[in-house]
Amino acid sequence: MTQVNDRGYAHPEVLVTTEWVAEHLNDPNVRIVESNEDPLLYATGHIPGAVEVDWTRDLNDQVLRDYIGQEQFEALMSRIGVTPEMTVVFYGDKSNWWATYAFWVFKLFGHKDARVMDGGRLKWVQEGRPMTTEVPSYPPTVYKAQPRDDRTDRAFRDQVLEHVRAGLPLVDVRSPEEFRGELLHMPGMPNEGALRGGHIPGAKNVPWSRAVREDSTFKSADELRQIYEQEQGLRPTDDVIAYCRIGERSSHTWFVLKYLLGYDQVRNYDGSWTEWGNLVGVPIEKSETEEKEMA
Amino acid sequence: MTERNDIPEPLAEVLEDFEWITDRRERTEMLIHYADQFKPVPPSIATPPYPEENRVPSCESEAYVWAERQDDGTMKFYFAVANPQGISAMSLAAILDLTLSGQPPEKIANIEPDIVFKLFGNEISMGKGQGLTSMVGMVKAFAKEQLNGGRE
Repeated sequence: MTQVNDRGYAHPEVLVTTEWVAEHLNDPNVRIVESNEDPLLYATGHIPGAVEVDWTRDLNDQVLRDYIGQEQFEALMSRIGVTPEMTVVFYGDKSNWWATYAFWVFKLFGHKDARVMDGGRLKWVQEGRPMTTEVPSYPPTVYKAQPRDDRTDRAFRDQVLEHVRAGLPLVDVRSPEEFRGELLHMPGMPNEGALRGGHIPGAKNVPWSRAVREDSTFKSADELRQIYEQEQGLRPTDDVIAYCRIGERSSHTWFVLKYLLGYDQVRNYDGSWTEWGNLVGVPIEKSETEEKEMA
Repeated sequence: MTERNDIPEPLAEVLEDFEWITDRRERTEMLIHYADQFKPVPPSIATPPYPEENRVPSCESEAYVWAERQDDGTMKFYFAVANPQGISAMSLAAILDLTLSGQPPEKIANIEPDIVFKLFGNEISMGKGQGLTSMVGMVKAFAKEQLNGGRE
């Protein structure tokens, strides 16, 4: 196991180890946040002192398909006792997939010191570190956030369309089956919530989980460059858009490209396939094998 | 609308229990209570690596379902969840096993996959809902397959 600082990342400060978290459990300047794909997990036990931020209840607008606004974000920060100066450390299940999603939303509101616990929830549990079912409560804080900045780290459908027309790179982080637009093998099942299957033209398929090792920790910068650069031809100066089905898995890849490899311009298209695959008239590509089969 | 009498009685009872739930905490506790009763597929039925045809599509916790027709004509289901932290998948698998194993395929075939939302609540995320709905869909498909004469 290499330490985070030895892995050659562009911004190693955004990753902390489980050891670091264990040493900062009672640090008043640190708030630990669990964010999971599985909504039952936090209640079965979590890191002592960790609060839960649930994507559907806490970060999504309850009416629009959009994220919460500035005031709701400020209220959330107050509720979990976070000030703008505090270090917020995210961790969660499934190799930190939803932890990076929450991290991404916090960055839209300009929270400065956000980090991710390398290896996530599974690593903490496997190391036999303490867990509790006690839900902590912190004194409410006053948090002044910036208005949500959707320009730097977020992409919308019209921008994606321009991006495609300009021939700029996209990374589709879904499974190869989803990328190829294959129908699910269960008849009558919803097909990923989209009317059409396939991918955005020109997208490279790099399933998000290729960025992590078996123990859920992130691969080294060299290993990541091997995948995204040697294999897929991306460059750190590229303008890159990542997408998946609803923008959660792609926030993981956004995190990898932006913070671990230091790419200048990476945006997450959270509309993702559930928007693109339902839009009228936008271009869609299917895999070569399938086109041949259909021909 | 599926009538209560059309689906297996034990499932109808569990769904009724969940109808009374008003807050999330209570729902979570109840679902975890079922997850604690999850029993993975015995080696006599299957051992890893499990076949792709038994895998639940769209389930991020890598869940699998097997079904057998028992001598008395009822069904018996088995489940596996590869992700040790796939609590929701384990909870649903336990509920399906407890309420559907020992029931005739005719009634199991009437189950609607949207029971997932009655159990887990409407606020469940789309991705999660799809994986769990697929698990119910597979159970239902196994029952229908039996009604259509089985695979052999």
